[in-house]
Amino acid sequence: MSGDHEHGHDHAHPHPFQPDDDAGGLTEHMALVAAVRELLIEGGIYTAEDERRAIERMDARSPAAGARMVARAWVDPAYRDRLLADGSAAARELGIEVGPTRLIVVEDTAEVKNVIVCTLCSCYPRWVLGLPPAWYKARAYRARVVVEPRAVLAEFGTELPEGMAVRVHDSTADMRYMVLPARPEGTEGWGEEALAAIVSRDCMIGVAMPDPAQSAA
Amino acid sequence: MSEPRFAPGARVTVATRRPACHHRAPAYIKGRTGMVERLCGTFGNPETLAHGGDGLPAQPLYRVRFAARELWGDRAERDGDAVEVEVYEHWLEAAS
Repeated sequence: MSGDHEHGHDHAHPHPFQPDDDAGGLTEHMALVAAVRELLIEGGIYTAEDERRAIERMDARSPAAGARMVARAWVDPAYRDRLLADGSAAARELGIEVGPTRLIVVEDTAEVKNVIVCTLCSCYPRWVLGLPPAWYKARAYRARVVVEPRAVLAEFGTELPEGMAVRVHDSTADMRYMVLPARPEGTEGWGEEALAAIVSRDCMIGVAMPDPAQSAA
Repeated sequence: MSEPRFAPGARVTVATRRPACHHRAPAYIKGRTGMVERLCGTFGNPETLAHGGDGLPAQPLYRVRFAARELWGDRAERDGDAVEVEVYEHWLEAAS
């Protein structure tokens, strides 16, 4: 934007047109999906209402589920062991449904910072973290975080202490991943609910670390 | 279904082939050597599953840890950093 005129928008001048996200038209695969959907509904396999409800259920999942698991692991060492041994079983133990997900939980320590990515597509532990953020699916994050994770984390405002190694987990196949962040200092004596409140989505993807100062309490 | 060939700690090298079909070995690990971190179980082969096939024979799936230096050479940010990737057994050979 040139700075040589006042910009109160009480005058008409052209701005570049921002295309809609779906302005690319119907691709072959989009047409295929639409056709299969119509056939399934016409054939009585399911109804449009069933589909809408299923999407609503999927969209309603949230990182609160993962945060509950993290908070429990912080206060209960035996649960932490079970979480690291079998993430899916540990989720079900708290009444968190994970469907067919094979969840691997990786633990941050004083020596290791873990980060999750799917370089091939956008695999994400939706049952415990809800829908992925747009940046997680973006080519820039997927291409860069495996090569220069420290630079990417720094762009998220996460500076790693000297001596901490980075381990990037690429979900290339059948497993899904969640980071168990390190419990921050200053949370001694906190209850599970207060602890869960500082465990954000990004902490469980691994690009951020829990901050007790962010507590709403 | 076959017994898994590799145990945790084994050093393995990823094949360099480039099949035209859907496959889930990312290009950046092909030809690279890493260490088996764990066996994840045995799963249908996506290279036939993705094309209407039955995914058989099922393939043991491993998590393989690659040193960042092994993958990126001088571009790696630091020694000690690593990338862990799920790789199906038919992409792996014992490292020479």
